Amino acid sequence: MRVLVGVKRVIDFAVKVRVKPDKTSVVTDNVPHSMNPFDEIALEEAVKLKEANHAKEIVAFSLGPAKNQEILRTALAKGADKAIHLEVDDATYQKVEPFHVAQAIAKLAKDEKFDLVFLGKQAIDDDANQTGQLVAGFLNWPQATFASKVETEGTSHLKVTREIDGGLETIKVKLPAVLTADLRLNEPRYATLPNIMKAKKKPIDKKTPKDLGLDLTSQTEVLEVSEPPTRKGGEFVEDVPTLVKKLKEKGAL
Amino acid sequence: KSTLVIAEHNNEKLGPITLSAVTAAKKLGNDDISILVAGSNVSKVAEEAAKVANIKRVIIADSDVLKTQLPERVCDLVVASQNQFKFTHILAGATSFGRSLVPRVAAKLSVSPITEVIAVQSEDTFVRPTYAGNAISKIKSKAPVKLLTVRGTAFEQAAATGGSGKGEQAPKADINTDVSEFVGQELSKSDRPDLQSAKIIVSGGRALKSADNFKILYDLADKLGAAVGASRAAVDAGYCPNDMQIGQTGKIVAPELYIAIGISGAIQHVAGMKDSKVIVAINKDKDCPIFQIADFGLVGDLFKVVPELTEAIKK
Repeated sequence: MRVLVGVKRVIDFAVKVRVKPDKTSVVTDNVPHSMNPFDEIALEEAVKLKEANHAKEIVAFSLGPAKNQEILRTALAKGADKAIHLEVDDATYQKVEPFHVAQAIAKLAKDEKFDLVFLGKQAIDDDANQTGQLVAGFLNWPQATFASKVETEGTSHLKVTREIDGGLETIKVKLPAVLTADLRLNEPRYATLPNIMKAKKKPIDKKTPKDLGLDLTSQTEVLEVSEPPTRKGGEFVEDVPTLVKKLKEKGAL
Repeated sequence: KSTLVIAEHNNEKLGPITLSAVTAAKKLGNDDISILVAGSNVSKVAEEAAKVANIKRVIIADSDVLKTQLPERVCDLVVASQNQFKFTHILAGATSFGRSLVPRVAAKLSVSPITEVIAVQSEDTFVRPTYAGNAISKIKSKAPVKLLTVRGTAFEQAAATGGSGKGEQAPKADINTDVSEFVGQELSKSDRPDLQSAKIIVSGGRALKSADNFKILYDLADKLGAAVGASRAAVDAGYCPNDMQIGQTGKIVAPELYIAIGISGAIQHVAGMKDSKVIVAINKDKDCPIFQIADFGLVGDLFKVVPELTEAIKK
């Protein structure tokens, strides 16, 4: 099995994002970035499949500006065999939609005959939760989203436990398939120093949108990005009886 | 202009999120709203759907292969319906069902979907949160068909009665049943209301210290007729299952009353509950961020305060 793992470079999860005064986007300059945490989980699961001899090769893919190479190096240090960087400039990247990323991934998956596309369930910047499902739709492959457990069933199927609203669901999908990782699937490993050194020698294949015949025409336009309305703190109450009284006054109890 | 709402149901009952999606559909300004009910033995659900206020048509797909509503199968039906009716908008709730399905349909229609919509400004302009709710984006869609998932917490439920939609068979779709198969489901069983529809939610964090200690929350919840939620920290610590998680990576809720107990108020948790009408926070650390968004804060030891509160409500 050959696995294509999509990795996105996002503002680090520990950073409190700020909206730009001109309301066009959020502040990204001089802000720490890292690999989307859900993509890290997808990558870790792919590496586990390889360690269990179910996967032969893992290729990490990222679409974005030159800086995306950093996270591709991280992916290589964590166990990807090689990487593909679809490079676009900053201005172009601003307008890229999950739709376009999914088209690129679908094209690669088809052209290079991958058996499995593995992504995070959502990126923590746009919180869109679309890319995996879009890839599956473009390829007409089965999908197992929000995976919290992945087991192989022979060489042709995967059994996947999914996190759904009311609990858990188990499905079987036939390969080739698209999977998206949920939080509880695994705990990603850290890259070790020797692996970071080794990763420097692994290949990163650069591609352009043209190489993949990718049309980046926008279907959406961001009109404004604003701060959410802030919720005002209320008051401290002294004890339980006061709390109950106040809640009753407000009609909340 | 016409809109399709994809019903969420369990073959017996229409899910409340469908009613929220109908409200969002109404805000698009189209009077021609259809509901697609795809499942197995769904006549009851279809009847329910026909009665929803403002519904013109109920498209019914009743088949064994749709029993578990796998996205691959429902997707093909939505696409077939779209080819016949040429809707301008297709909506579903932002739930695990809608989230799985809508982008897949979008790919088949070559459309960029807009997910997690919290406000409809016009037929083509929508508002959605990003960065765990720390930024709000207003987005205009130029797509020929708008595909949306909408958050139940942002749209009131449409009236369940008053409509008289006319039933119609869904067009034939070539459904491929080979590629995916339903194996089983393990749904959390509880007599309490579920998080998404509960009027009151009692929610616990890491300060509960163990799964056993969650019992004091269940006792309080049962007194209040409330649902019980948890922070990601509590889920990660193994105190409760993930389907109780509220936050950016869990469920988004907006009850009338939210009681956060032993929860510090990490951004990722607040993203999932800050639209609650009244927020109460109980925590022993008076500097923790949850107090900044709480209407009422009580500083104290939760193991003392919570049983006291349960007792006070009994009276």
